[in-house]
Amino acid sequence: MRTLEEIERELDIAPPVQARREAACWMLGLAEEVLEAWIAVRGQAPTHEEREGFRLLALHHQGSAGAPSFNACRETCREIAYHYNLLSLDGSDGAERHLMMMGLLVRHLVLFVGGKMQVEGLGEFCCASKPLRAESATIA
Amino acid sequence: MADSAADRKAKYQRVAYYPGCALEGTGHAYNTSTKAVGKKLGLELDEVENWNCCGAMEVKNIDPKVQTYLSSRVMAIASNQMHAATVMAPCNGCYHNLKKAEYDLANDAGSREVVEKIARKAGDEPYQAGTIETIHALDWIKHGVGEEELRRRVTKSLAGLKIANYYGCMYTRPRHIFPEKDQGKGTESTSKPHFMDDLLEAAGAVNVDFPLKTACCGGAHTLSDSDISTKLVLNILQAAEAAGAEVIATECPTCHSGLEMHQMRAEKRLGKKTKVVMLYFTQLLGIALGISPRALGIHENASQAIERMREKALA
Repeated sequence: MRTLEEIERELDIAPPVQARREAACWMLGLAEEVLEAWIAVRGQAPTHEEREGFRLLALHHQGSAGAPSFNACRETCREIAYHYNLLSLDGSDGAERHLMMMGLLVRHLVLFVGGKMQVEGLGEFCCASKPLRAESATIA
Repeated sequence: MADSAADRKAKYQRVAYYPGCALEGTGHAYNTSTKAVGKKLGLELDEVENWNCCGAMEVKNIDPKVQTYLSSRVMAIASNQMHAATVMAPCNGCYHNLKKAEYDLANDAGSREVVEKIARKAGDEPYQAGTIETIHALDWIKHGVGEEELRRRVTKSLAGLKIANYYGCMYTRPRHIFPEKDQGKGTESTSKPHFMDDLLEAAGAVNVDFPLKTACCGGAHTLSDSDISTKLVLNILQAAEAAGAEVIATECPTCHSGLEMHQMRAEKRLGKKTKVVMLYFTQLLGIALGISPRALGIHENASQAIERMREKALA
């Protein structure tokens, strides 16, 4: 499995607009790889199922189980799927812009997940990440 | 039963105002512009007396129930002492924490017990869930005034100004503490929020299609790993520019200062310059309503906001 840094570096290569469908598949694959890494460090086997036609969304669903703050990248994953769909359509209207945007979305996912993995060892960190009614909270 | 649109409009004409700590510091211009816009629109604010910190992330990360107490104290003062029906918090962090406290107190006996215990010790009357409604500044203007009336009051249209609306991650998450959202027509969406888009469009702006409107800006990493925050912010700025935006509109002091500070840091540390500027949505609405940029605190923005407004003949 590649590191997130390696995936991030790979995103520095601008995909050719002429091969937009292949590029979209490639970026979708990178996004899935990012979520696989997150699921693997939490000791689980990444799912091969799909949700709404996308393995990426199934992986996000799996990755957010027991980690409410992981929902902060839910819309990012959905936008990646949306841009993949746009790039898979016939006609190339705005393909260059959609490709660039999809690249930025996947990069955001890499950075977000990288940050989450880094702080996992520190416990709950992000303010939205605290389980709403943590059992441990007590007042002396 | 939910209020009708007319009831809600009447209710929001005068609300308790909880600015929170950030609006007295880095978010000073948000405070100034919120008050200026409210005044111009005839909406009244009564600042919560002797308010305290909502518990932010510092307290919440150590003891969430103490944070629940701190947030509930603000609601208790507004409700029990000021007899307000609504408290408005313009900061996403404060808004989120008050909503979370409301949820906890309605659903968790442990939280109620802790809040009552601390309140008694402090000599306060504890907050009873369901006695006040917490809203964001976006709800206040959207429902208290509405797009139609706003459109009529615009004297300096933001015509042609391309805006990416950035809501941040706390305005809609977690979904279950915002039961009023996702209720169909006229309500806010948690997956694709649009209240800021609606208001700025009424002021003449062109909202660009911005896919990172609720993405994480890395605010929580700022102190532990600034580079991650800088990269996340840079990505948001680049995505806004790729979408054609000249301005990113914000509705949270923490997001706003994060975007501005890391924009500078990205240029310094990574050599990546972006030109998009940040303005609070209240500053943009204020311009459209004919309020002077100085009265809206635009000169306090760290990005080149005032210059951009001059370029567009809006200042």
